[in-house]
Amino acid sequence: MADVAPFPRRLTRASATSESPLARALLIALALAFLSVVLLLPLLAVFSEALRNGVAAWAAALIEPDALAAVRLTLIVAAFAVPLNLVFGVVAAWAIGKFEFKGKAFLITLIDLPFSVSPVISGLVYVLLFGSGSLLGPFLKSHGIEVLFAVPGIVLATVFVTFPFVARELIPLMQEQGTADEEAALSLGASGWQTFWHVTLPNIRWGLLYGVLLCNARAMGEFGAVSVVSGHIRGLTNTMPLHIEILYNEYNFAAAFAVASLLAALALVTLVLKTAIELRYAGQMAAVRGH
Amino acid sequence: MELSIRNVRKDFGATPALHEVSLDIRSGELIALLGPSGSGKTTLLRLIAGLEAPSAGTVFFGEDDASRRSVQERQVGFVFQHYALFRHMTVLENIGFGLSVRPRAQRPARAEIRRRAEELLDLVQLSGLGQRYPAQLSGGQRQRVALARALAIEPRVLLLDEPFGALDAQVRKDLRRWLREIHDRTGHTTVFVTHDQEEALELADRVVVMSQGRIEQVGTPDEVYDRPAVPFVHRFIGESSQVPVRIADGQLWLDDRALGLPASGSGEAVLFFRPHQVEVLSGCGGCLAGTVTGSRRLAGTRRLELELGGGRHRVEIDVPIEHPAATRSQISFRPRTWRVYPAAGDGSAATAATPAPEPEQTAIAPLALYSIR
Amino acid sequence: MTAVASSGWRFRQPSVLPGFGLTLGYTVAYLTLIILIPLAGLAWRSAGLGLDEFLRIAGDPRTLGALRVSFGAAFVAALVNLVFGLVVAWVLVRYRFPGRRIIDAVVDLPFALPTAVAGIALTAIYAPNGPLGSWFAGHGIRIAYAFPGIVIALVFIGLPFVVRTVQPVMEDLDREVEEAAATLGAGRFATVFRVLLPALMPASLTGFALAFARGVGEYGSVIFIAGNIPFVTEIAPLLIVIRLEEFNYSAATAIGALMLMISFAMLLVINLIQAWSRRRYSNG
Repeated sequence: MADVAPFPRRLTRASATSESPLARALLIALALAFLSVVLLLPLLAVFSEALRNGVAAWAAALIEPDALAAVRLTLIVAAFAVPLNLVFGVVAAWAIGKFEFKGKAFLITLIDLPFSVSPVISGLVYVLLFGSGSLLGPFLKSHGIEVLFAVPGIVLATVFVTFPFVARELIPLMQEQGTADEEAALSLGASGWQTFWHVTLPNIRWGLLYGVLLCNARAMGEFGAVSVVSGHIRGLTNTMPLHIEILYNEYNFAAAFAVASLLAALALVTLVLKTAIELRYAGQMAAVRGH
Repeated sequence: MELSIRNVRKDFGATPALHEVSLDIRSGELIALLGPSGSGKTTLLRLIAGLEAPSAGTVFFGEDDASRRSVQERQVGFVFQHYALFRHMTVLENIGFGLSVRPRAQRPARAEIRRRAEELLDLVQLSGLGQRYPAQLSGGQRQRVALARALAIEPRVLLLDEPFGALDAQVRKDLRRWLREIHDRTGHTTVFVTHDQEEALELADRVVVMSQGRIEQVGTPDEVYDRPAVPFVHRFIGESSQVPVRIADGQLWLDDRALGLPASGSGEAVLFFRPHQVEVLSGCGGCLAGTVTGSRRLAGTRRLELELGGGRHRVEIDVPIEHPAATRSQISFRPRTWRVYPAAGDGSAATAATPAPEPEQTAIAPLALYSIR
Repeated sequence: MTAVASSGWRFRQPSVLPGFGLTLGYTVAYLTLIILIPLAGLAWRSAGLGLDEFLRIAGDPRTLGALRVSFGAAFVAALVNLVFGLVVAWVLVRYRFPGRRIIDAVVDLPFALPTAVAGIALTAIYAPNGPLGSWFAGHGIRIAYAFPGIVIALVFIGLPFVVRTVQPVMEDLDREVEEAAATLGAGRFATVFRVLLPALMPASLTGFALAFARGVGEYGSVIFIAGNIPFVTEIAPLLIVIRLEEFNYSAATAIGALMLMISFAMLLVINLIQAWSRRRYSNG
């Protein structure tokens, strides 16, 4: 095909392998309509409902003490969950991406496991592990450590749910990049740590950032798992999503949507950053598409 | 089915891929479109198939103006470089596909489609592999299936785009011979694209040499090899050495030295010859002489690199293995067969230039072909 | 953890890179601590119930009703996503139009938007007094607080799974295959349905299974819009939460274990589909 002039082939191919202009227009219209109704409309609804009673009411709902406490707790949870899974992701990707060993495929399946477990079950397993009927719970309690219906439980449940995000982005990336760069660095006298820091990390940094973004979005937004382990104590164990639920169930819709608008804004920022990374580093990111 | 391509032009955006190309292909002929990448050979093939629409010009299949027909209606068998087999279908389903998508009225019965697919499978010597999937076949086997699939629709012409380009050298040679046999047996008018001159010369009845969107020469393998119409063809097919010369007094001159090669006309020109078509002379008045700057072994001969005219020109000649040519030594030679082209550029524009043609010259050759023998 | 010294079987291939033992050890330890032990705890607790008790809870009409709602709605939603996901992916891969990049980015919104936020937003839209809900209500159709509401929430959640699974495969489709079909006389319709869609089948099935699995377990986006009426719109994850709030840990454990088994079965199916398509189609 080297003969074809340097033009994108899809522009030059006329009728043979494409739909008629009418069919094309209809398909685009159908896709746009579907995405608008299913994805964009809810996003729009969040912001319009949040501002229904004006900016003042919106701001008031956000600076209310329970809301602030929820924001604080959400940030704390993310501050634990994201770094933990970040370290795990890099370590796991090094072991899996740079070495060949038996049982690798099985290990990857295990790492993916939380993706296919219901969030409610992710919470349930910790309730069973640390609840009053378990061995661990009463023991820890007698030593003054509360896990369930307290911050540690919320962090654990969040870590469970966001467990695979960073690893899942890095493993295919590292597998694709192979070991030649690292071997070259070692042969030039670099230590293992120097090799990782100066060679491997720069190669994976965009994939890493991408994974961290998704991990963080999920950590701040997790609802089901956290809901099961939190105990819903206002001002103490409510994260932002849980706070939204409480406000909503109290028919305080405007306040619920005001808090929701913060999380929606976070989602938008995540998407913008993710798209920017994809556009700028398309080559490096080729290995990591979606999930 | 004879093909007639008349004044076909193709632009991709502002970039012309083909300039006003015309070509007649006789029924049952096996034609090679040969050229480097970017020469427009694949574009020409795709225009014949209807995979590309020409910017201007027409393509006739016999009396039928095919440019008015879509690719589906043209009934061409097209074989792609990378096979383009349907990987979710078995080999038999692949071969029968063209028959099974015919409109209901013309569609053979299921059993008949299967029977014909089996027949073609025998023809391409893959009997018994009908239930395999493409992924379970070797590259050469896949290309045979692709050919059987193209033959199944009883094509009016068979078009092959670099059919052996993705295969190993040995498989390529086998398939080449085999394609010739299939062609001789089925008699389809066949056009194939290749950048491999050896393949084109060995396989084709006629070779169409293309460069930069133009046809430079159409001729039998002998014609394009022995009587290249333009410098490009001389350089592209086979090996060549070239020296800028001057024509005066009925012979060729390099600087002030007569080369002992007769020529008509006058003015600046370029001498082309093939490295293996030279004779080494012991001293000469009227020959080429150069300094040996390098030598390397080439299969059955020794290839010498020479500097001529005080290092301004470099040529290569072949000498017998036992020739004692040492570096920096002087050597004299004269081409046994050679071609002279006018110096005005070395593109196709030169074809119409001086000097005046000699009577024995063929229509294709712009300048005389001389042979001492 | 270095290579086993025996001649034939070796745990890992030799490499000059350092840190294998450390990183693999950390990976396995962390995985065990965070994921495997808690899941094993669930398995252990449900095994402790005994088969009779387990079957009694699993066979409870309310449990069965909740499972039926969860699986039914997830199945319908995954079907919707399969159809529209293919259309969206096709449009994104094959056509160039203004705003395509933005649309491409928006597809990931359900990955980034917290489920609770999606839940209340969808409820606001489809509630009988909401912008779309009131229109449907005028035609006698109830969306929110009814089965269609659950399906809509799960369509929202599952869409990117189908699109992002199918999209890369679509991008890799060989144009020559379509051209081959055309030269063999196939019209565009025949090419799409007999050549393109079958080639996309494994990816489509995987995307469908992922969206389905996600839908079955989904909680946050559904509970607001579902209405949560037992036997009608009560989903299985919600029933687990209800049982937990009643301190009926046995029932919660049994339902959880049941759902987990089904999830693992689906995970197995997904892996089998991928292995099957790799075996048959790879390097083809």
